[in-house]
Amino acid sequence: MQDAMAYARVEFLTPSGLNEAALDKVFAELLSTDTTLADLYFQAARYESWGLEEGIVKSGSYSIERGVGVRSVCGEQTGFAYSDEISLPALLESARAARAISRAGQSGKVQAWKVQLPARHLYGLSDPLASLSEVDKIDLLQRMDTKARAVSPYVKQVMASLVAVHEIILIVDEQGRMTADVRPLVRTNVSVIVERNGQTESASSGGGGRFDLDYFMNNNRADEFAEEAVRQALVNLDAQAAPAGTMTVVLGSGWPGVLLHEAIGHGLEGDFNRKGTSAFSGRIGEQVASKGITVVDDGTLEKRRGSLTVDDEGTETQCTTLIEDGILKGYMLDRQNAALMGTQSTGNGRRQSYSHLTMPRMTNTYMRAGEYDPAEIIASVDKGVYAVNFSGGQVDITSGKFVFSASEAYLIENGKATRPLKNATLIGNGPDVLTRVRMVGNDLALDAGIGVCGKDGQSVPVGVGQPTLRVDGLTVGGTAA
Amino acid sequence: MIELENRQALGAEFQELAEFVLKAAKERGASAAEVGIDKGTGLSVEVRMGKVDKLQYHRDQGASLTVYFGHKKGFASSGDFSRKALEDTLDAACRIARYTAEDEFNGLADPELMAKNPLDLDLYHPWEINADRAIELALQAEGTARAYDARITNSDGASVDSYAGLGVYANSNGFNGLNSSTRHSLSCSIVAQENTAMQRDYWYTTSCVAEALDSAESVGQEAARRTVRRLGGKSIPTCEAPVLYAPELARGLIGHLVSALSGASQYRKASFLLDSVGKQIFPEFLQLRECPHIPRAPGSRAWDAEGVATQERDIILNGQVQGYFLGSYSARKLGLQTTGNAGGSSNLLLTHTDASFQDLLKQMGRGLLVTELIGSGINMITGDYSRGAAGFWVENGELQYPVEEITIASNLKDMYLGIQGVGTDIDQRGSIQTGSILVNRMTIAGQ
Repeated sequence: MQDAMAYARVEFLTPSGLNEAALDKVFAELLSTDTTLADLYFQAARYESWGLEEGIVKSGSYSIERGVGVRSVCGEQTGFAYSDEISLPALLESARAARAISRAGQSGKVQAWKVQLPARHLYGLSDPLASLSEVDKIDLLQRMDTKARAVSPYVKQVMASLVAVHEIILIVDEQGRMTADVRPLVRTNVSVIVERNGQTESASSGGGGRFDLDYFMNNNRADEFAEEAVRQALVNLDAQAAPAGTMTVVLGSGWPGVLLHEAIGHGLEGDFNRKGTSAFSGRIGEQVASKGITVVDDGTLEKRRGSLTVDDEGTETQCTTLIEDGILKGYMLDRQNAALMGTQSTGNGRRQSYSHLTMPRMTNTYMRAGEYDPAEIIASVDKGVYAVNFSGGQVDITSGKFVFSASEAYLIENGKATRPLKNATLIGNGPDVLTRVRMVGNDLALDAGIGVCGKDGQSVPVGVGQPTLRVDGLTVGGTAA
Repeated sequence: MIELENRQALGAEFQELAEFVLKAAKERGASAAEVGIDKGTGLSVEVRMGKVDKLQYHRDQGASLTVYFGHKKGFASSGDFSRKALEDTLDAACRIARYTAEDEFNGLADPELMAKNPLDLDLYHPWEINADRAIELALQAEGTARAYDARITNSDGASVDSYAGLGVYANSNGFNGLNSSTRHSLSCSIVAQENTAMQRDYWYTTSCVAEALDSAESVGQEAARRTVRRLGGKSIPTCEAPVLYAPELARGLIGHLVSALSGASQYRKASFLLDSVGKQIFPEFLQLRECPHIPRAPGSRAWDAEGVATQERDIILNGQVQGYFLGSYSARKLGLQTTGNAGGSSNLLLTHTDASFQDLLKQMGRGLLVTELIGSGINMITGDYSRGAAGFWVENGELQYPVEEITIASNLKDMYLGIQGVGTDIDQRGSIQTGSILVNRMTIAGQ
């Protein structure tokens, strides 16, 4: 079987004549006596997307992104340049530009080049763009359209999309390590607009991961996404104003784990903590969550959207414990921040593309299951809100304040989920929200593979998950008294 | 200096490449085609705690190709400008078009509407700057901020960016236009601490002309002032109160209007302002004008993303909607004519009500001044609005104490009709230019 390195050689090295002697020249240009880290990040990505609207596939697009990023790090300082041309002269020019960060003299030589082969692979090498015929891709979108319209006569608009990405990367670093990865990623989404008695609402559903497109064809998954979107939109038609104020909130399992991503995940990224700008800075060993709560960032889950065999610095991903039994255990690190903090990378060095700089980023962030039956959790609440689905969130890592917006929620009255509520934003304080968790469900679920995380203008795919949770004291941003 | 070398020659080369692509599309049987070719170069430096943190050189290029076979359409893009790569990209676009469905509304914009007379919008002004000078400016901004107050304990960095770009858009209706522009900015983000609580805020200046940027000192000082005043923030009891949006946030209220009036949300019936032309959605005193031809302004453009000539027009007149933001596709869907807004709105100017920021605080009396919003909680179909906020509680027209961990909620339709004043404190940094906006009543959720 061909490995990822074979793909990378054919894609980047062979056509441009970049042999070991050429790489020696590039690193001779790039390294100084004070260089602590340097790397070349070769990337070739192909994207294909199809969009359905008004019952027909109106749009399709195909794009190629290809280039190499060159980075030189001296302690806290980073020099970076990139080129969309993969050739020795272009690399030398980028290396000179990136090296300008250093005022020290040239030094450098890489001792020996060695190919790193990851111990395990989390996804296949095959090209998802080619995993279905064009006709089948279009059929899949039309099937979701037909299904959504069949579910309810109130469906007025269906928009569906199908995206496939195939990416080959090669990382060459100052220690002579050469690491390659081939990454598939697919995603489908269906949005519906429903109208009943002059009232309009919308909802969407979808999923994806690091596998082939036929995933959506199997087990009626595409149908389920369509049904789910319609169900949620119809629920929202009946929704009434959400309450305003601080109250008990029960969060559903799965995608509501966006709570963890915003409330604690970003605050535990190594760069903010190295700089001391996070509300979690210097708090390792402190209790930041109720006893019994364990939160991890796990890049090693097979075929998940947020998973990576190796991160964008060639480090194998791992399952990093962030919070264990309520105690803050660790941060998510890339090589630069790990070195500055005197520890090892946790395999969280990620970047959007060759033209972006690496930062510590999340992979799949989730809370481990507890002991309560979800029904028991809802039954325990006299008055509150049960939020089952969310449309996204944001955090101010320095003040610790975070929000996430509920797209499907119900009022809880006397232990029962009753009326559906209109969309409302929930706000809380990251460092103490998990200390307000009173009950943790036994129903851990991960999201369906839809997460996109934005940081410093860079987007990367991520995953989240959690069991059903009861949080005593989140501020719900409704309009009703 | 951050500049595209041989810009004139490069522009001519790109226009020629565009013609090559259009011709090659025709040879492949396409009935129409359009192409965009862009290239940019930039420098970005970031300092933190008095030292250089990041030095980045940007060099981006991309070609995007759309082909039409009758009413079928395909799109492809690539960063490689070799003729071979462009032909491969074109083949990819043609392959896509084989599988997309006939859509009678697809096609180029009407040739009659193409921009014909060249307009000099004065948008290209390379900055005579190198990395050392950029670092110096960033250090000045951060240094000023750090010296502002003893409670400033940390920094999230200060940065200087300079970018120069050039772009060609051409289509098979004979349009082939060349644009170039620059963009420079200086920003500073600073952290203050009191007891164990930290706050961060930032400020920035941006323009296509370096000389028009605010000084590094003033950016640093404003970043520091904004950060320190947030210390001691607390939640407040849940209540209903008027809300004053600071200018940098007021822009967002107009941004939601643009989305709601965009052609796509109109024909999809996904707007809380559906079929709203001629309807009163704001108080009578409110006027919003689109002005695409202001020299050196951030949203200025002579033509839109389809080559259609842009023109000055009223969007809101005496509180009533005058038109939508349409490209040719959404215009055909709605049975209207394109408004030259393929790719979005240009400069939008909201008239003020002759009230200074202080006047608006006085007019509000008791309520909330919002200086930060987080999260996206807006339902564009219903207009329901619910977002995380931070700001200041105001009594008797004066700031009392910082407020945080609250949400503000209402419905955009009610908020628009409830606007009571627009400030003269206009923020000119973005394409939407407005002063502070006072909204009569929203629900504030807190303790």
